[in-house]
Amino acid sequence: MMEFLASVFGSSNYWFIVVRSTAPILLVTLGAVITEQAGIKNMALEGSMLWAALTGVLASAWTGSPWIGLAAGVAAGVAIALVLGLFALKLDANAVLVGIALNLLSTGGTVFVLFSITGDKGISSSLPSKVLPMVSVPLLRDIPWLGKVLSGQNLIVYLAAAAVVVIHVILNKLTIGRRIRATGENVEAARAAGIDPDRIKFFTLIVSGVLAGLAGCFLSMGYTSNFTSGISAGRGYVANAAQVVAGGTAVGSIFAALIFGVTDALATFLQSRGLPPELIQALPYAVTILGFVVVTLVRDRREAARKLRLFAGRDDR
Amino acid sequence: METILQAVDLCKVYGNGTAANKFVNLTVRRGEILGLVGENGAGKSTLMKVVYGEEPPSSGTLLLDGKSVRFGSSRDAIAAGIGMVHQHFMLVPSLTLAENLVLGREPRKKSGMYDLNRAVRIAEELSAKYNLRIIPRARVVDVSVSMRQKLEILKTLYRGARILILDEPTSVLTPQETDELFAELKALRDKGQTIIFISHKLGEVFQLCDRVTVMRDGAVIATHDIGDVDRQTISNEMVGREVRLTLDKKAAAPGGTALEVRDLSFVDDFGITMVDRVSFSLRKGEILGVVGVDGNGQSELVRILTGHARTLTGSVRKGGTDLTNASPRKVRKAGMAHVAEDRMTVGTALPASIADNLLADRYSEPAFTGGGFLRRSAIQAEAKGIVQRFDIRCSSPNQAVASLSGGNMQKVVIGREFTAAADVLVVSQPTRGVDIGAIEFIHRTILSMRDEGKAILLVSSDLGEVLSLSDSLIVMHSGKIVAWFPDASAVTDKELGLYMLGLKTQDEIEIRKVLHE
Repeated sequence: MMEFLASVFGSSNYWFIVVRSTAPILLVTLGAVITEQAGIKNMALEGSMLWAALTGVLASAWTGSPWIGLAAGVAAGVAIALVLGLFALKLDANAVLVGIALNLLSTGGTVFVLFSITGDKGISSSLPSKVLPMVSVPLLRDIPWLGKVLSGQNLIVYLAAAAVVVIHVILNKLTIGRRIRATGENVEAARAAGIDPDRIKFFTLIVSGVLAGLAGCFLSMGYTSNFTSGISAGRGYVANAAQVVAGGTAVGSIFAALIFGVTDALATFLQSRGLPPELIQALPYAVTILGFVVVTLVRDRREAARKLRLFAGRDDR
Repeated sequence: METILQAVDLCKVYGNGTAANKFVNLTVRRGEILGLVGENGAGKSTLMKVVYGEEPPSSGTLLLDGKSVRFGSSRDAIAAGIGMVHQHFMLVPSLTLAENLVLGREPRKKSGMYDLNRAVRIAEELSAKYNLRIIPRARVVDVSVSMRQKLEILKTLYRGARILILDEPTSVLTPQETDELFAELKALRDKGQTIIFISHKLGEVFQLCDRVTVMRDGAVIATHDIGDVDRQTISNEMVGREVRLTLDKKAAAPGGTALEVRDLSFVDDFGITMVDRVSFSLRKGEILGVVGVDGNGQSELVRILTGHARTLTGSVRKGGTDLTNASPRKVRKAGMAHVAEDRMTVGTALPASIADNLLADRYSEPAFTGGGFLRRSAIQAEAKGIVQRFDIRCSSPNQAVASLSGGNMQKVVIGREFTAAADVLVVSQPTRGVDIGAIEFIHRTILSMRDEGKAILLVSSDLGEVLSLSDSLIVMHSGKIVAWFPDASAVTDKELGLYMLGLKTQDEIEIRKVLHE
């Protein structure tokens, strides 16, 4: 077994799959990060991904253009996020419950639409849908080993990397980033400073809708070349846990998404070793939960230690 | 001196009929520090909310520079040059002080990016101009409370405030920090700022203010130049005549220790020490009153004792059982009952029935549950018994608690807690917002529990209530016990006031006697 693992971790093929598995989870994690920073939980990321994946396939099949498919898919992802915003912010419903309701609606709704159009409840393979192109990156592809891992990935993988930079800039370099944090941390302080918290939250929801839309399109137009029922496979939920592991930062999201990507890719390899596939498929999720628990425990410990320090500090004075 | 701000016959009546301000007339002069004093609930905060545009007045007018103004929100008030430093800071902990200062009015680079360097420069310039020292690049969470307060003052100045309202600014400061703040406020005044200083600490008002306005029961009682008045006069005006309820009270016969509380401490999320090494022993057959100005750690102490908050240090023991940081369930199992200070959120489940609320702590006992099912008839009988005994006015025990009046709701809480199998009762604000008739009933019930030999810890903001019910007293100030009185009947309000306001503290040896060791 150790030998097998060593050969897996040494192969560029494995790391290529890691990068590919990491990209969609990275995109949704970034979406979860930015909404959470503004103090609203986007539980509907899963639904956004599902509708984006289906819409992308349908639009690309009908128009023959993967680009129109991508645009339509992203729009579908944003639409779901806006519905969440409408109910949670304008009508004062509980955001988490609305999110879960939207996800259930999406799970059934996407299959219903798929069946109505193709007559198949499981897969869209009867449609001539397009896939997004692979990109061979000049210079990068010439680096030995690393070139094999990082070049030749799907376009969306590179967009995911760019999204890290964009979210980092939004949160840290732009005025709105400070306002997002103010809204999320102390909504009263934000309001007292003349900021409209609802506008800020809507903005982050739209951004998260775009990101989940990209992730959804990647799953059905890159990672695979079809829409299958339940294609998002819980990644939208994982993102909300990964967001905690990421510590609310764009750069931390890479780390959190890699935990999932590394185990997800490993599961693909382990399947060939004759281990029960159900167990293996559960691995990425179990590891993410474990990461979540560890990070939360460490953070609680630190907070308790901080309070004790503050208390002790007062005595010295 | 000319008048800058004036309230004329201002009234504020809330939706539930409470008149928080009754025909208030207030005059603020340009370039003065005006003290606004009164007890909790005297209407100071409401008045300032109206001035700051957070609440619209029910009637009356507000004049700024002689012109009538009406603020739709605090944004209007800010635009008119009024700034407020709230008791609870309006800050974002993870952002730096400079970022907090400019929040909502951020400087940008030509590229549209956030200009952190300019934010820092603005902070440095303002800090130097007004002599309020802050560290612009430090994060709020990492700096002291006193620096956070300076930042709040700078925030109002950055937004162009000419009139500064400070709501109990010293409640979170040490004496040294308070002195520093006062020097800074005086400097601000000398630069032409007008300051309204809300407080119930008389010593500070005399140290800082030029004039003082006293409020009681929603009305302005008097305004004095600080040189023409003494503390005694003002404290008489603040308190008015305390009417002590006369109760048929037998002498207490305290027995052995029922609850041993040692060295409890609590730090809130802002890093402020709310409970500071509190120790006492509660004896059987005794009512131990806890006195203090609201917000001096009483609520947190009760939350620790009843399992709603964790203590950082020390222990709670009841007989042989260790109840340090135990869950509310374990605390109750060990024989403690808890009348929560807020009956609407902690004391009752509003949509549930009276019967369900009355049995919330005992429904799982064999008398009311069999084979996993509730015994409805036994529950009904028990509930009816308690409803009758505690005179809860309702059409049926199946009525929702939410539909009851405040007094009857409180009787539901009292009915449950006083019939629990408990020998230690932690009773917090038992008669807050309750009508006179119910108050009398609740007081008599508390005394009869004591006469049965139960140990009672009584926390109340109603000084008259604590004084008339308690056998002995502890006084809390800034999270510490500052005094212990073995005989509550031998203490006067005036004397207590000195301890409550932090003007006097007993020595350690005297306070330690409350341990009964």
